[in-house]
Amino acid sequence: MADIRNNFIGIKSPNPFWLASAPPTDKAYNVIRAFQAGWGGVVWKTLGEEGPPVVNVNGPRYGAIWGADRRLLGLNNIELITDRQLQLNLQEMKQVKKAWPDRALIASIMVPCEEESWKAILPLVEETECDGIELNFGCPHGMSERGMGAAVGQVPEYIEMVARWCKQYSRMPVIVKLTPNITDIRYPARAAKRGGADAVSLINTISSITSVNLDSFSPEPSIDGRGSHGGYCGPAVKPIALNMVAEIARDPETHGLPISGIGGVTTWRDAAEFLALGAGNVQVCTAAMTYGFKIVQEMIEGLKNWMDEKGHATLDDVIGRATPNVTDWQYLNLNYVTKAHINQDLCIKCGRCHIACEDTSHQAITNIVDGLRHFEVIEEECVGCNLCVNVCPVQDCIDMVPLAAGQLDKRTEKVVSPVYANWTQHPNNPMHKPAPVQVPEPAE
Amino acid sequence: MDARLSREGIVGARLSPAQLAENFADLHPPLDRHEALVESDRCYFCYDAPCMQACPTSIDIPLFIREISTGNAVGAAKTIFDQNIMGGMCARVCPTETLCEEACVREIAEGKPVKIGMLQRYATDIAMAQNKQFYNRAPSTGKRVAVVGAGPAGLAAAHRLSMHGHDVTIFEGRPKAGGLNEYGIATYKSTNDFAQAEVDYVLGIGGIEIKHGRMLGRDFSLSELTADYDAVFLGMGLAGVNALRAEGEDAAGTENAVDFIAALRQAEDKTVLPIGRRVVVIGGGMTAIDAAIQAKLLGADEVTIAYRRAKENMNASEYEQDLATANGVVIRHWLAPKRVLNEGGKVVGLELEYTIIDGDRLAGTGETLAIEADQVFRAIGQSFRPEVLNGSGASTAFEGGKIRIDAEGRTSLAKVWAGGDCVSLGEDLTVSATAQGRDAAESIHKSLMG
Repeated sequence: MADIRNNFIGIKSPNPFWLASAPPTDKAYNVIRAFQAGWGGVVWKTLGEEGPPVVNVNGPRYGAIWGADRRLLGLNNIELITDRQLQLNLQEMKQVKKAWPDRALIASIMVPCEEESWKAILPLVEETECDGIELNFGCPHGMSERGMGAAVGQVPEYIEMVARWCKQYSRMPVIVKLTPNITDIRYPARAAKRGGADAVSLINTISSITSVNLDSFSPEPSIDGRGSHGGYCGPAVKPIALNMVAEIARDPETHGLPISGIGGVTTWRDAAEFLALGAGNVQVCTAAMTYGFKIVQEMIEGLKNWMDEKGHATLDDVIGRATPNVTDWQYLNLNYVTKAHINQDLCIKCGRCHIACEDTSHQAITNIVDGLRHFEVIEEECVGCNLCVNVCPVQDCIDMVPLAAGQLDKRTEKVVSPVYANWTQHPNNPMHKPAPVQVPEPAE
Repeated sequence: MDARLSREGIVGARLSPAQLAENFADLHPPLDRHEALVESDRCYFCYDAPCMQACPTSIDIPLFIREISTGNAVGAAKTIFDQNIMGGMCARVCPTETLCEEACVREIAEGKPVKIGMLQRYATDIAMAQNKQFYNRAPSTGKRVAVVGAGPAGLAAAHRLSMHGHDVTIFEGRPKAGGLNEYGIATYKSTNDFAQAEVDYVLGIGGIEIKHGRMLGRDFSLSELTADYDAVFLGMGLAGVNALRAEGEDAAGTENAVDFIAALRQAEDKTVLPIGRRVVVIGGGMTAIDAAIQAKLLGADEVTIAYRRAKENMNASEYEQDLATANGVVIRHWLAPKRVLNEGGKVVGLELEYTIIDGDRLAGTGETLAIEADQVFRAIGQSFRPEVLNGSGASTAFEGGKIRIDAEGRTSLAKVWAGGDCVSLGEDLTVSATAQGRDAAESIHKSLMG
């Protein structure tokens, strides 16, 4: 049986599934329930400075978008950091950590971007004997208007500065949580590393308006007829998060910097993908907020099952395995030729592949053959774009089949070359070079 | 056992009024908003959708379902009515299991088609409850068209003709409009007087007058209509009921299933409807099923359908057959009626002969069987009575005992179109009749304005 015990920057947990700093980790009651359900760790909801806590709106805090059957695809929130007294949170954290020593307990912190503020709170947090701290430089709403959260995360110099203070005034491992609301995620990650952070976690939520009420013309969630952008999360943001994780993992400057992957993790499969792209563990929020804490059971068992099937004994056998396969477009092999293939036994004849290809792509799928409704790829037209695969409602009905070297590509009427060749050497590239720029061999 | 059930003979009030009300309530309660949204999400929005191809009126099903899913049920209703103004009734009575829902790709994929009929009802109910009239009459053309029969074909034709600006007069023999929608549909498929509500909705466009109690061949002739009107659409039903050709079928207690079904629909109080303790229905179509189920629902103790061929030859869909058996009806195959047994002129049973296929024809085996019965319903088909066209001058061409039409609904006579049950083309369904009425109206319009 696969061993999924996690060691993230020295913080140990029985599995790589942590709950992210968010409403589910607001207080001991929830956290204990989460641990009972099997979560490996939690990042406690973000603590602020000592003193009167922040206040939240008293109207709706969440907006959402849905897929078919009202499956929640994306959630947006305008909730702020904890609105409980600092001392109460610290007290509960200490009790919970004591009662659950095998689970990871991380304190998320957000205080003003001043040395004194950080200097003041760090010893208080350290006193709880929690396993580490996460610096909330991500929150895109409310707190950012007060110069905290994403307002810090958007300025690499601030990230570096605060990370350095934290390392200076605390013995605790420091994770910097990054905001995706920037142009290039590598800059804040590099800054965190320069500041001495032990790890980064990403992504925090994305600035968003989920919908507009077409009766009142208020953005949603609507507070008395007005709305403010919130932070977007859930399955819809996973692709954005995966890319950002990969960008940091493969950046020479930050390569090897531990990453806690966050963003739309809903199933074991999502988690495995984050790990493969270089995340050392994952943090989950929206899935728990949608289905409750029990989902972790599916994640744990699913991950183990997949690892067993593939012969991966530990998480280290998985982490970063896909990173070397992430490359720049210019290094993609232009001699790799695929054609769509429709499995007629699985085809239910909905015709969506046909109309998607016909109207919006390459007119490469039939709809009528010999007077009968029949969907088949016209290889002479197929560019191998994969759109048909993506719109087909039946899983595995359409495959992209690579042509072997030596086979004729009926579209280009050229024989498929066995040689790797990319844009850098392509004759149409005004900057082309005679020999291909070497890229590492794919890991798998 | 309730003593009322075991009373011999054909009597009323076998069940309590409350039980009867429950039995004759809506067969499929309408979808609520949540159910409609969940169901509409299941539609794949297929290209050149098989459901749409399977619909005799070619309703754009993927489009109307998508409109429901986006919260535009009224728009969905318009999409339906654009093709089929009787979309509300069709949603209730279409054998969707052999039309759109059989063709649904999710039937192929999972054996669970999208509930197209129920979604159609959801949308049309909403629009009709708001009395949304989507169509305005075009400026008057001054042309007058006569329509014979206010059934689905006639109403669909009249609506389309009126939309194009023609003035329409419908001649209807019965006191109410709607045709089989009013008189021929099982009660639990059209509750709350829906057929009349639909007639009112269709007539809401204006420009259509119905003259009741006016029957072709009795009160006027076709030649009079062709003389007085610019065009004529014949949309009559089938007035003749096929005989059993069994000895003694005039015994008291032998009735036409269509009359029984009509009486049920017209009865405000179902307790007054008499039904036998042991009922046999002869036939294998929808009429047989509707009569048998409703006999059971009225409280008949034993109801048997006797059909002279195999299960797969029955005109009633498998779904309808299952509905009958689920209601306690026994369906027996390979039995043909031979003799109605009577005592003192009253039915006491039915003698049936086993049948086989002998070469390519059906033959009796000589072996017989007697079933006890105090009531026997004939449901072996109806026929068109051509004599209503007598005395109309040039004779109309027939095919298979019905009026011959071309693809546009033209008969062999100039200025005369026809559609619905009285013509040789199409299936005997509300939806086919509606399609023929609509298409004939387009052809008439083209011809009048040409």
